[in-house]
This record gives sequence, structure tokens and C-alpha cells, in this order.
Amino acid sequence: MKGMKKVFALVLVAIFAVGMLAACGKKEEPAPAGSGSSAAPAASTMKVGLICLHDENSTYDLNFIKGFTEACEAEGVEYLIRTNIGETQDCYDTAVDLADKGCTLICADSFGHEDYMIQAAKEFPDVQFCHATGTKAHTENLPNYANAFASIYEGRFLAGVAAGMKLNEMIAAGKITADQAKMGYVGAFTYAEVISGYTSFYLGAKSVCPTVTMDVTFTGSWYDPAAEQEGAETLIKRGCALISQHADSLGAPTACENAGVPNVSYNGSTQAAGPNTFIVSSRINWAPYYQYAIQCVKAGKAVDKDWTGTLETDSVQLTEVNEAVAAEGTAAAIEEVKAKLASGELKVFDTTTFTKDGAPVTSYMADVDSDPAYEADTEVIIDGAFAESKFRSAPYFDIQIDGITLLDTAF
Amino acid sequence: MNNTLSKVPLFHITRRKELPWYRAWLIRVIAVIMGLILCGIITMLLVKINPLDVYKTMLSGAFGTSRRIWVTAQNMAILLGISLALAPAFRMRFWNLGGDGQTLMGCLGATAPMILLGGKIPNIILILIMLICAVLAGAIWALIPAAFKAKWNTNETLFTLMMNYVATQIIAYFIVVWENPKGASQIGIINANTMAGWLPRIGNNQYLLNILIIIVLTVVIYIYMRYTKHGYEISVVGESEATARYVGIKVRRVIIRTMLLSGAICGLVGFLLVSGTSHTMTTTIVDGRGFTGVMVAWLAKFNPFFMILTSLLLVFLSRGASEISTIYGLNDSFGSILAGILLFFIIGCEFFLNYQIALKKTRKEVKIDA
Repeated sequence: MKGMKKVFALVLVAIFAVGMLAACGKKEEPAPAGSGSSAAPAASTMKVGLICLHDENSTYDLNFIKGFTEACEAEGVEYLIRTNIGETQDCYDTAVDLADKGCTLICADSFGHEDYMIQAAKEFPDVQFCHATGTKAHTENLPNYANAFASIYEGRFLAGVAAGMKLNEMIAAGKITADQAKMGYVGAFTYAEVISGYTSFYLGAKSVCPTVTMDVTFTGSWYDPAAEQEGAETLIKRGCALISQHADSLGAPTACENAGVPNVSYNGSTQAAGPNTFIVSSRINWAPYYQYAIQCVKAGKAVDKDWTGTLETDSVQLTEVNEAVAAEGTAAAIEEVKAKLASGELKVFDTTTFTKDGAPVTSYMADVDSDPAYEADTEVIIDGAFAESKFRSAPYFDIQIDGITLLDTAF
Repeated sequence: MNNTLSKVPLFHITRRKELPWYRAWLIRVIAVIMGLILCGIITMLLVKINPLDVYKTMLSGAFGTSRRIWVTAQNMAILLGISLALAPAFRMRFWNLGGDGQTLMGCLGATAPMILLGGKIPNIILILIMLICAVLAGAIWALIPAAFKAKWNTNETLFTLMMNYVATQIIAYFIVVWENPKGASQIGIINANTMAGWLPRIGNNQYLLNILIIIVLTVVIYIYMRYTKHGYEISVVGESEATARYVGIKVRRVIIRTMLLSGAICGLVGFLLVSGTSHTMTTTIVDGRGFTGVMVAWLAKFNPFFMILTSLLLVFLSRGASEISTIYGLNDSFGSILAGILLFFIIGCEFFLNYQIALKKTRKEVKIDA
């Protein structure tokens, strides 16, 4: 009996071992065949890949996944999405693995992915690599590596107009005086993208409510619900009559809803979290860019090194205005200003609309080419306006203008 | 009489004698098969995908191409390295949950000279300095809780755990100091053009040197734990501190010495992560492997060679899970659920290897035997 058990055990172990080996062996064979067969129909169905820092639970990544899948479905291409890929060697490994799998266009969504995408681009010259929010395409100058961003400052400006109108309404109703028209802004880092965002938002509000001022606080993280909520609460305590934010959680909208303070949001509607305080939100729509990039690769053309989406390409969008909270006529005013921005009649960073240390800015050298010393290298004041996103797609506006108070600059 | 009978518990648990190896492995294999079957049922019920396809996808994710095999081996090497660091401490029953922090400090120790001295001194000297700094930083981070434990008998579980968060904040601080571009809160690839402080490649493979170093380390730790006086002292302290003291082992000294070793190896792994793998430093670069390493070490009963298998298992599960999420468009969490079920069965079966459950009936027989 005992002998039988022994034999039985050994047989089972052997079967399992063989099974494992067979499974591994089998896997080895079809893999190269698989990549071969995926290379063969590449002519008919192109394959593209997207690398995301987090997954769809982050509003930031969700915005990319939505735009990417929309573009792929419109263009009828196959796609692979890799989520939760850190800003480390992991990104390089994933990018080259996607190339191995036959992807001819590979995109990544997070700023820190850039160096690893460049590394992969050098290794696969026949594959196009597109990196959103990056800054190095114009200095690396690789034929198959490109950056992209959108003129989201125009969207912020429009959202700012809605905010300014709300302040005007509050002044007219006697809730606050003109001097008390102060907004609060929860930012992530003192990074150009954030500075460009809150400054354009402020200028939008100022264009309709001249006495407006703004306090800005930074959380030191792109996603930290507790810190964002706390930041918004601090701003409200300091007397801010309206809050906006550049961070990816529902922290600030929730704080606003709790305190009954109007909120202008980002990355998409947060009306569900703040039905009584949400006014409007701006967002970047990535679908037009990905569609453009897919078309370029299909046609064998190079993708623009620094592609900047605009209101015109539908890359910069505003959500529906929440009429229950917004001032009367907000939607119409946004449309009007939007038309002026599109025609070039109005410029967001018009130097006559802001001052720095009490004086207008007539010349400014910005750090467009990234280097460790942050050396300012390019004159960006052109024809009386700060030329944002002209020399590279990612924002580089980092002037601290009058009227905006930074509460902390630790980050 | 009736009264006493009803007091007999329904079942009771007794410790088993050591099982012959083949029976132990049979139980393990059965546990894995049961885990796979349950995973299959859950897969069919929840997402209606053929479970065999799911397993195939997982295998392909970890071993599908030669590049994937290399990446799997590299991830295994890093995880195994951290597990090797933790094994001596856990063998001593010192709950070192600070593997993450000690490895992170190792990363910082390697990064600082890489940024500050890169290009200013010959590469070989730079790499040596980085290695020494990394090992020292990791060792110091482990020494602090060890010294408190030895001196004031503080709780090392909490202490080492909290040291992880302190390390993360220190790293976050230095990332802001060295950030590029300004305000971006990231360092990017360090010395991308000069490759100063990068571990050399062997042939065409970036990860081979990392893997070789960890293989050597595995053998060294095996010999250290098995055949040296230090290793023996560690197991005696782990079995019973009182016994150790009685036979004249200086317990405090063993604790501090072992933790220094533990932290130093974590530091070495941090060095490999920065110099050999990523060439950057982020707060999430260790990715919780200081905790996964605890599981690797325990599952293998602190035997470094078994740890190769258990680290392979855990890396396979995580890479497989990531592939499932891409191919089937599922969230990463689904793969993690499957991995969790398998681990539950694997860890659960260790219980049945150590204990047996005797039902009421068999208890009677036991009585008669006695």
C-alpha cells in the first residue's frame, strides 16, 4: 500500500513537471511565430501601443486611454495598452517589448517616461515613438521620436472667464466686495506646466473681473486626494471665493462642495462630486493627436517633432457649463472668447494684460532646451505676447506675475 | 459520562512529524492544482474567458520572447537579492520589514556620487565609490533599528516599517534637489550621454551582470547561513534567545551584525537598481519588493536555493498578471486576484505540511494508541 502511494506520488510529480515543461516549450515556439505573423499583416492592420503610468482609476491616465482607444477605433488599428508602468527601466523594457510584438507606433503618457522612450527610439529606428508632455524631441532630434502637448492654456483662459463672471455675479449680489474677489488654486509642483496653467486661468478671470487676485498652494504630488482637499480648505479659510486646481484627484472639488464654494475643475467634469459648486472644466482631448500620428505612420511620413493641439484641432475642450452654478450667460461668453482666441484677435499671454514686479514684461528668456542648469536659452516675447508652446509643445511659461501669491514653493 | 463525551472537540490539530520529501511535494503540487482550478472557475464566472488561454497568456507574458525571459530574470535577480538580504534577519526571528527603505537608501547612496562626481573621476573608481556608499547607506538604515532593539529592546517590526517611510521622504527630498527640469520632480536618466557610473554590459546584455552578481550572492549566503559560525549563531538566536545566551553567544552582537549584513545587501541591490538597471532614482523604484521579499524568504524556509524558485514564482505571477491586463483589456487587479488565490493555496498547504487535523473518531484511536 505504501509502495503504491510512493509510485503514485512520483507519477503525479512527473506528470506535472512534464506538463510545465511542455507548456513552456509550446510557449517558446509560437512566440516568434506570433510576432512574425503580426509583422506580416502589419500592412493591413497596423499595431500601436500605449504605455500608461497608472491605470484607468487615475483621471489623468483615463483621459489618455480614452483618447487613444477612440483614435485607434476610428483608424481601425489594433492596439495594446500597458498600464502601471513606472518611470524607470520598466518603461524601456515595456516599450521595446511592444516593438517586439510588432507595434509600429508606441506612445507614452507620463513626463518621466521620456528618457526611456528616447532610449527605445534609438534602438528601433523603424518604429515611431510619441511621448506626450515631454520636452526633449527638439533637442534629441531623432527622426522617430516626437513630443506632443496641447494649448491647454487657452482652455484654462476660457475656464478663467467663467470664474471671473461668477466673481462678478457674487460682487453684484453683495456677497463679496470687488476687493475681496480672491481665487484659490491648488497646484501640484512649481513646474512650468502648472505655472502656465494657473497664470492663464488667472488672466482669463482678470479679463472680465479686473480686481481679481489669486492664492496658489502646492501639494507636491500629481495625485494626493487628502493633500488636495486640505489645500483647498486652507485656501477657503484664507477667504478665497472660488477654487480651481491642477491635480488629478477629487480632493479640491470635494472640499469646495463641503464648503459651498464654487469650483472650476480640470481633466474632465467633476459635477458628480460637486453638483452645487461645479462650474466648468477644461481638458485635453488626445484623440486628434493619436489619430494624426497613426495617419502619419500609415502614410510613412514623419510625425511632427513638437505637435501642439489647439482649440481648432479640438484638442482643447471645455465641458458643459453647469448652469445651476455658473453666472448667467457664461456659455455664450465662453463661445465668444473662444472665437477670438481661435482667430488670433485675443492672446492669452498678451503682455499688456499682466505685470511682473509692477512693470510690463517686454523681454523674457525661457528655458526651452532642458538642461540640468535650467539655463534660459530662448527669447519668447514675440509681438507683444508670450509665445507659449511655439518653440516646443510642452509649456515653458514660468513667470511669477503680479496679483498671484504663492503660499508655499517647497515643491 | 455523556457529559465528558460531549466535551470532546469536533477536531483538533496536532503537529506532524517531518513528512518524507515526496509526500510534502505531492501536497504542494495538489495545492497548486487546486489553486489553478479555483482560478479557472473564477475566471470563467467573472470574465468568461477560457482559463487555459489565461494561463497561456501568463506564460507568454513572462517567457514569450527572449527579451521577456531576460526581463523576468532581471526582476527575479532584484527580488531574490532583497530576499537574500532579509533571510538572515528573519532566520534570527528579527522581523526586518524595512527592506524597502534599506534598498531605497542604497539607491540614494549610489545616485549621489553618480550625479555629483559623474565625469569628474575615472569610471571604475566612480562605480566603486557608488557601491561603497550604497552598501554603507543600506547598512546604516538597518543598524538604527537594530541598535535600538539591542539596547532598549524596541519593537523592530514597527521600527523597521516606519524607517521605510522616512527613507521615501528623504528620497523625495533629494529628487527635488536634483530634479531636471525645474519643478518636474523627477531626475530622469543620469549621465545619459557619458554613461558615467553605469555598470558595464556583458556582451550585448544589460542585465547579465546583475544576474551574475546575484547568483554569486546566493551561493555566498547559502554558505554563510549553513556552514559558518555566524550562520549557526543566527539560527540559535532564532530558536531561543535564552539558549543562545546560555551557551555564551553574545545576542546583541549577533543582532547588530546580522542586521548590518541585511542592510548592506539591500544597499547592494539598490546599487544594482540604479547603476545596473534604471540609471535613475524614483520614490517607487523598489516597488514594494522589500515586502514581497519577506514572502519569498519565508516560502523557501530561508534556503537560498529554494528562494530562486519562490522568487521565480512571484515574478512570474506579477508579469503574467500584467500581460493578462493588456491582452484581455482587464484591470491589473484581475491578475493580482489570480496571483493572490494561488499564493493562498501555496501558503495554506504549508499548514497541512506542519500540522494534521484529527477528527473526533480518530482521536479515540489515538487514545488507544497511547
